[in-house]
Amino acid sequence: MSTDNQGPIWEVFVQSKPGKPYKHVGSLHAYDKEMAIENARDLYTRRNEGTGIWLVKAEEIVSVKSGDEESYFEPADDKIYRHPTFYNMPEGSKHI
Amino acid sequence: MENSKNLEVFQAKIDAEIKIEPKDWMPDEYRQHLIRQMSQHAHSEVIGMQPEGNWITRSPSLRARKILMAKVQDEGGHGLYLYCATETLGVTREQLIQWLHEGKAKYASVFNYPSPTWADMGAIGWLVDGAAIVNQVSLQRTSYGPYSRAMVRICKEESFHQRQGYEIMATLMEGTAEQKKMAQEAFERWWWPSLMMFGPHDGDSPRSSNAMKWKIKRETNDDLRQQFIDKTIPQAELIGLKIPDANYKLLENGSYETSDIDWDEFWNVIKGNGPCNTQRIKQHAAAHDNGQWVREAAIAYNEKKEQQLKSA
Repeated sequence: MSTDNQGPIWEVFVQSKPGKPYKHVGSLHAYDKEMAIENARDLYTRRNEGTGIWLVKAEEIVSVKSGDEESYFEPADDKIYRHPTFYNMPEGSKHI
Repeated sequence: MENSKNLEVFQAKIDAEIKIEPKDWMPDEYRQHLIRQMSQHAHSEVIGMQPEGNWITRSPSLRARKILMAKVQDEGGHGLYLYCATETLGVTREQLIQWLHEGKAKYASVFNYPSPTWADMGAIGWLVDGAAIVNQVSLQRTSYGPYSRAMVRICKEESFHQRQGYEIMATLMEGTAEQKKMAQEAFERWWWPSLMMFGPHDGDSPRSSNAMKWKIKRETNDDLRQQFIDKTIPQAELIGLKIPDANYKLLENGSYETSDIDWDEFWNVIKGNGPCNTQRIKQHAAAHDNGQWVREAAIAYNEKKEQQLKSA
């Protein structure tokens, strides 16, 4: 490990209000969890942007490989019966 | 064959205003252009802390000091957003800092001018941040996702910077003759450098064409500069500042015509011959080197804690 090492990259997720989903806001460098939380507070919530912070080491995140999107997401395209608008409702029916 | 198909998909996304994300295929030239532009942008934020940091301990009131500290802290934060966004292109932070210290990476030349009086804090916030805002508002629509998102975040924070600067200038312009003179002189020091921030004329800008085609840049240097001029001249006149340009005039379309920039000065400062180039890099390198024991201690502490977890 070089002495100029800035620590691993962490991805930062902030919850804007209680009850809202956590949203990715950016990333930062930190050597451990404690420092990651402190850095995230100072970097991403200086103006009351959040009521909660999640941090995940970037190397721990798994995602669909770029280029594989088609094979992953296309099968949903021909299953329109999963959407409510697919169904014919009798004329005059209400609250459905 | 593979490459030309990739390029086609890439350009189609750009044309459809779909952002390019870190794991997407991109031409190497696009990646290199972004690394250069985004790291230069990040370095500018961080080097920009120096002319203002210079006044924190000498600010005229507690209110002014708190504001200036918050602003300088923001600039550091903006640098960090941008470094992280640049790292998504596959370059490390350590490398970016090394290129800055070796002179291989640039930062905005405007920060090579000194800030000798308190009025310079007003002029920097109002003009330098004002010019940066015009540029950054445009860059919110840049084609690279992480860069665009960093710009959105930065723009939200930046408008306080410009307003606090204009407030300093307006306050001085309501003061004594000496204070007015101080404001006018600072205005004259920063007017031309802030116009230079938009870069050379479009015809003389070597990297404009692909940058526009790939929507890294959304508007030309001259268009952005004109937007800034048209906003700023009325603000200056409102508080009684005189534009340091004998030839400026209001045109019928509401836009202003101004003299041309002294391009010899522009290129000279870019080449490293500005009043503060050497000092800025020296100070940055010293701060980085002096922080080495902190990085070493943090690594050692983390290793110790992980060791304790394993043996527990």
